[in-house]
Amino acid sequence: MSDTIAEASSSGGAQKVGKINEAVIRIAGNSQDGIQAIGGFLARLAGRSEQEVMTFMTIPSTISGGPSIFQVRIGSGEVLSAGDEADMLLCFYQHSYEDHIKSLKLGGIVLYDADHVQPRSDWEEIYRHVGVNISSLTVEAVGGTGRDKGKNIFAMGLLAKIFDLNVPKLTKLIEERFGGKDPTIVQNALVCFNGGYNHSLENLLKTYQFYAPEKKDRHQVVMNGNEALGYGLIAAGVRFGAGYPITPWSDIMELLRRELPKYGGSFIQTEDEIAAISMAIGASYGGRVAVTGSSGPGISLKTEALGWAVMAEMPLVIVDVQRGGPSTGMPTNIEQSDLNIACFGGHGDSPRVVIAPTSVEDCFYTAIEAVNIARKYSTPVIILTDQGIATRIEAFEEPNLEKVCQDISPNFTTVADHKPYDLSKPDGITQHLAPGTRIESGKYPIVTGLEHDELGHPTGSPKLHQEMTAKRRNKLRKLAWEFPKLKTYGPDEGQILLVGWGSSQGPIREAVDRARGIGEAVSGLTIKHINPLPNGLEEIFKGFHHIFVVELNDEGIYGYGQLASLLRARYCDARIRGINKSDGLTWKVKEILDRARALASDKK
Amino acid sequence: MSTLSTEVPDRNAGNIAVVNAPTTSATGERKGLTKKEIAADHPTWCPGCGDFSVLALYFKLIEKRKIWHEKITTVAGIGCSSRFPYFVQAHGAHFIHGRALPFASGISLSRPDLHVFVFGGDGDAFSIGGNHFNHTARKNVKMTYCVMDNWVYGLTKKQTSPTSPLGFKSKTDQWGAVDYPINPMKQAISAGATFVARTTHTNPNHVLQMMEAAMDHDGFSFIECLSECVEFYEGAFDASNPRKGGVFNEVPKTHDVTDELAAYKLAGEPFPGSFGIFYKVSKPTKNAKEAEINKSFQAKTTGMKDWQILQKNFDRMK
Repeated sequence: MSDTIAEASSSGGAQKVGKINEAVIRIAGNSQDGIQAIGGFLARLAGRSEQEVMTFMTIPSTISGGPSIFQVRIGSGEVLSAGDEADMLLCFYQHSYEDHIKSLKLGGIVLYDADHVQPRSDWEEIYRHVGVNISSLTVEAVGGTGRDKGKNIFAMGLLAKIFDLNVPKLTKLIEERFGGKDPTIVQNALVCFNGGYNHSLENLLKTYQFYAPEKKDRHQVVMNGNEALGYGLIAAGVRFGAGYPITPWSDIMELLRRELPKYGGSFIQTEDEIAAISMAIGASYGGRVAVTGSSGPGISLKTEALGWAVMAEMPLVIVDVQRGGPSTGMPTNIEQSDLNIACFGGHGDSPRVVIAPTSVEDCFYTAIEAVNIARKYSTPVIILTDQGIATRIEAFEEPNLEKVCQDISPNFTTVADHKPYDLSKPDGITQHLAPGTRIESGKYPIVTGLEHDELGHPTGSPKLHQEMTAKRRNKLRKLAWEFPKLKTYGPDEGQILLVGWGSSQGPIREAVDRARGIGEAVSGLTIKHINPLPNGLEEIFKGFHHIFVVELNDEGIYGYGQLASLLRARYCDARIRGINKSDGLTWKVKEILDRARALASDKK
Repeated sequence: MSTLSTEVPDRNAGNIAVVNAPTTSATGERKGLTKKEIAADHPTWCPGCGDFSVLALYFKLIEKRKIWHEKITTVAGIGCSSRFPYFVQAHGAHFIHGRALPFASGISLSRPDLHVFVFGGDGDAFSIGGNHFNHTARKNVKMTYCVMDNWVYGLTKKQTSPTSPLGFKSKTDQWGAVDYPINPMKQAISAGATFVARTTHTNPNHVLQMMEAAMDHDGFSFIECLSECVEFYEGAFDASNPRKGGVFNEVPKTHDVTDELAAYKLAGEPFPGSFGIFYKVSKPTKNAKEAEINKSFQAKTTGMKDWQILQKNFDRMK
């Protein structure tokens, strides 16, 4: 099977068209060149063509400019990660060429802007080089304004030719994207695209074609994780939120600010992170679960108010789009180092719910689940996503919106009497009444951060503090029994179990597939509910010799990453060990497997 | 695709507006509340504390204006005066130190059917919560904020407060306060509050007058109410109390409440200064502006169910 470009090009050079199963294209340039736009177009096209797609991007944390890449992996089968190595490198500058050539497979194609890139002869021997004067040809095509704006679209035309992409669909996408006030913009974009598409590629022997993908039952939608999460919150019925801008969380607040008014809701930009969570809690108290969110340092600032929500048992959804930390850290890089603050951040015993979505699609459904848990258990719920999942684009089956959208309007029905912190309730779970609800007994509750009695009035009683603390903890134990039973990816017995969470699910599954493909007994397990953990993990662990927790965080002082520490604390299982890294990049499949094999052979 | 692990309690279906205001009629058969019905816990304040009179006048306001139990929403942060909500028999929240205003904004902005009252002290308002004071004022979020200013930290037993005058001997400035105090009135005016009034606990009629005017104001209404701490700053406000040989000067009848500079001048008077409404202007509230935005967006989605509005977005992402 000639699945990739390298294989397709080596087999039978006479053939004009190579059939491929998937392609990993890395586009490298500067951040203002619109390379994200090319990636976005390709991803969307893949979605419309029922292909699988996943993207990966880096953006510099500088305000404008600076090297930037966008990697897109398109496949006719399942795509689990953004791909370890690229089949093609499209580079606009000498630095893009030199910095990223190592990410290319041997025999892969370098498509470079001959106006800016001088190929190196040693590399020309091991990679196929195709030079096109992208910049000057763009200027020529558009009509000699002397500016190379549009070279990204020209380059996309070249890619369309090389990969035999669906031109009518791409044209339509360009029209949708650039259609608007000024018709010359869309005209110029199409001129650029056609210029690239019709450019003669004599030195490239052949073009490539994807195998036809499987037919999907429903349409696919294409979006990134932040969008999926934002729309998920809307589907869940959230109509109020408050936030403060911080990368990479800001996209979600911008989306909600823009979209909520259509539904009669509001998203408020506050003066700081503390005001944001306080305002969201106030709105939750007003009767409808509200949302706040942040990244990095912003989460630290929110912890005091979060503790109040735990104490007062107030429903709330908090989104944490993790980035490299501590402090300002690496604002535009990926890291999974907020698990501890999400589960334990704050003073006092303050149990809360933490859920980590595992893919872009999962962000959408996790938002709904988080809202429902917050309501049912009167608890803050943290959605722990990360920079990787937030910015990567995936195509997934369109949700049935009519079915999943829910109404969570407050209920103001008059009640006879009400004790929010009733200790005699059989399920032990607090439910609040929104202000505006009449209570016939004339006894009204207070919500408070002080330890309180059943009506919310302050108490210094040792017995009540003990009982209320237990009440707040027990409801989460109850919740844990509601979680679906976990299943391994791959057989439930074997040598190595790769345990992961969040965005690492894809690379771990690909690692499992690759290892199984060569006869290694490796399986995967994704833990989505981090706090409380689902029950029954020890049963799964029994089936394996090694349990390796793959995390994008540091191994810490005692040698274990954040989830690994939690699992060791709960299961006291010495076989649980960590595979950690903190380079600010997503996992490569090869990296996971190399580290797992080494760790398995290291008798510790 | 993940499975939803919890079921939602069934709600009446239909389009979701930001608020379904309760439909209880404000007039009719229901009798107004009596003081006994409004009072909850016995206040934990020291005997003689000025806060008692503020609480009594809040009860009086509720009685006089016939506000129903369920419509009263009292919010506070942390401090002696912030214990307030526990003493009122109504929905209320005792939030964290300094953040009562954003919490109250969350209620105000999502529940336009309620008038939110926030009570707090000078530490809550001008120290730990200083920035929230400025921003809630500038955004003109509709609510009434009554700061019971006693010039000292009472709950923690006599430390310097942001309004303690120079030379005040506290446990954290045993030789006398050295930091220039905040002038709450100037702060409120310059931050953009649209209703700024000053009163004192020793003149109950005046306090009630200010509370009523503040409640009727459509916007962020701020009252600085001098409230003596008999334990840690006895006699602080004697110069404003005729019964202690002081003078209670009302804002001159000729004062134009829309004149910002004149208001600022009043705020600059040496203690005891004037009492009354310093500044009052009519400006669109944050609540009104957000409602305006919603109206213009919703005009485009009239008759559509929520899922259909969302479907339009998803159609564009195919």
